[in-house]
Amino acid sequence: MKKTKFLIFCSLFSLFVSTKDYVINPGPDAYENLQEAMILMNAGDSILIKSGDYYFEDSLSLDVDNVVIRGEGLNSTILNFENQKSGAQGILVTSNKVVLKDFAVIDAKGDAIKVIGANGIAMINLRTEWTGGPKSTNGAYGLYPVESKDVYIDGCIAIGASDAGIYVGQSKNIIVKNSQAMYNVAGIEIENSYYADVFNNKAQHNTGGILVFDLPDLPQQGGHHVRVFNNEITNNNTDNFAPEGNIVGEVPRGTGIIVQANSQVEIFKNNIGENDTVNIAVVSYQLETEDKDYYPHPSKIQIHNNSFGRSGFDPDLDTGDLSKILFSLSDGDMPDIFWDGVLPLKQMIFGQPDEEKLVLKHNGDATFLSIQPIQYMLSIFDPVNRSTEEFENDPSPLKEIVINRFW
Amino acid sequence: MRQLLYLVLITNSLNMFGVEHYFVQQDGFAKELSRYNFFTDQQAQIPNDRVFSYSLASALFSDFTKKQRWMYVPEGYQANYRENDVYDFPDGSALIKTFYYDDDSINKKNLLETRLLIKNNGSWKAASYAWNEDQSEAYLKIAGKTIATNFIDQNGETKNVRYRVPNVNQCKECHAVNDEISPIGPKARNMNNDVYYDQVEINQIEHFINSKIFRPHAINEKLAIDWTDPSMSLDDRARSYLDINCGHCHIETGAANSTGLYLDLNEDRKNHLGIYKKPVATGRGSGGFKYSIVPGKPSESILIHRMKSLDPGIMMPESGRALADKEAIEMLEEWIINL
Repeated sequence: MKKTKFLIFCSLFSLFVSTKDYVINPGPDAYENLQEAMILMNAGDSILIKSGDYYFEDSLSLDVDNVVIRGEGLNSTILNFENQKSGAQGILVTSNKVVLKDFAVIDAKGDAIKVIGANGIAMINLRTEWTGGPKSTNGAYGLYPVESKDVYIDGCIAIGASDAGIYVGQSKNIIVKNSQAMYNVAGIEIENSYYADVFNNKAQHNTGGILVFDLPDLPQQGGHHVRVFNNEITNNNTDNFAPEGNIVGEVPRGTGIIVQANSQVEIFKNNIGENDTVNIAVVSYQLETEDKDYYPHPSKIQIHNNSFGRSGFDPDLDTGDLSKILFSLSDGDMPDIFWDGVLPLKQMIFGQPDEEKLVLKHNGDATFLSIQPIQYMLSIFDPVNRSTEEFENDPSPLKEIVINRFW
Repeated sequence: MRQLLYLVLITNSLNMFGVEHYFVQQDGFAKELSRYNFFTDQQAQIPNDRVFSYSLASALFSDFTKKQRWMYVPEGYQANYRENDVYDFPDGSALIKTFYYDDDSINKKNLLETRLLIKNNGSWKAASYAWNEDQSEAYLKIAGKTIATNFIDQNGETKNVRYRVPNVNQCKECHAVNDEISPIGPKARNMNNDVYYDQVEINQIEHFINSKIFRPHAINEKLAIDWTDPSMSLDDRARSYLDINCGHCHIETGAANSTGLYLDLNEDRKNHLGIYKKPVATGRGSGGFKYSIVPGKPSESILIHRMKSLDPGIMMPESGRALADKEAIEMLEEWIINL
């Protein structure tokens, strides 16, 4: 017994001596102290950035596994990059099992926090913001994990990104929860990613609330298994302010959710409404691509048990094609849920396999519209379908995403 | 074998004036550059024994700095050729590169930084040393350093520059291949140029084979050329420039592989080269343009827009420059017009 106690004491003691807790205070040397600590720190160490305003001219970067960088609150520890002179982002993380917590990154010239190739990244109670309101000169992404695995985002606030506030790209095993995305072009975007749970978030006052996209010609594509649930996706009526050339530049003001070219997406128990153009759109990737491995059509998208508020009452007819096409096909009677109906030619003629079909169930009195492309092309029949009958099958729930806790 | 090792150790320690191989073999970096003894006269940058000067067909643009490169290969060892890759250097090798401006007013070099890449136990590590004001020593800068300096450009005008010595992480940002640090320059494709050694013009690779620091080999790959040579084809000039300036990140194994834009010398898929390629996560880097490269229209090509920009949120490369490479931009504009 005594021996055990002694051993516990020893291991606790070694724990204390072997890990280091760096403390950074505001002041003229803060940048060098912080960046140096972010290079010299070892696995198990942490950095505490004391509350205060920090003005940095160069980006920060981290390449050490198993470390924590934390501030004293997302309204207290403010890393301000408005005078940034070098670096394409505020903070760049390239290592594994990193925890970023309790601070804000303000007015970065490019992306606010970019994480690339991480095996384990936790972003907790962070704020990324461009403080001048929605502007095309704002940086593209607030929280930007890409090519990563085990991505955990909890309690974050992302405001003003000219692309997406929270953007997870080409990643696997993802949780985005309890966060707020406001006044971005896209609130939350899951792109070319596998296995994501997006829940208990508020996506409000963006151009589009939540986007689940897949694009061709990239190392990871074929996005699938994404659950979007218990989110508040309302009032996404900010004019699109993305710089031209970007895919999100096509998103019309007033969009709740867009699912593009993904398979196995389950959208349930969300509150979606007060969106000017459309609450949910399910669409194919429409641009030409020579990528033979790319599948441009959505498949097995399940939308059930959502509560819908108004949409389509002030559609944005100036941005992209989606809203324009929908407005003309619906004669101005815009639906809550839209599916473009585009499928591989074979399926358009002979029908879609049941296991790939859209599922629409228990969505209150939400209205629906889909296009029947063959009729549309022949232009002698009415191409519009407003009946959900074919799609009212029982949902088959997707599995919950689990990330082993490292934060 | 063991006796041989002892012998090497003893002869090395007796050779007081050679490179301090002991320091090269350490895990960390020495605080002062002089510790390594890479130079017999550090200030004048006169290399020591087994420190060989080399040059590249085309070089990375770094704010108009001039660069001098050396490789140190330990006695008795040789680097092996690898197709389409950097030479496989033996453990204990070092690559040394000094960045400087010519200071005509004192007819001397204004030394800014000296970067080291050192290989031990099969892997490379990188760090940079910034020169002090009186140029007597260069000190290890873990977190990088900003040097406010100036130089005289081609037109005789004095240009101010906020020169950034990269931090250790930034070294890796460019020097990562599959997440491991790797040199960029010393590939056979960049070294097959004629150079002068002791006033004799000779092919550089041949020279290094003769000097027994490269194991004899044939070259079996596409070669880069000097992009500044107007007698070469525009396509070769453009592709050589893009390869050395962009291709280390913009390659399927590089840090920018998530973009799908690949600019290394061997890329031949038009879309991945940027031709009518839509941006993925470019943000305001797009400048309102739709494609990386629009043949015939450099002014609508994102690639040119980002090379011209000095805004950290737009500019490419992301780090390593504060000025635009005007001459190269003009050459690439010409290339795009003729695509």
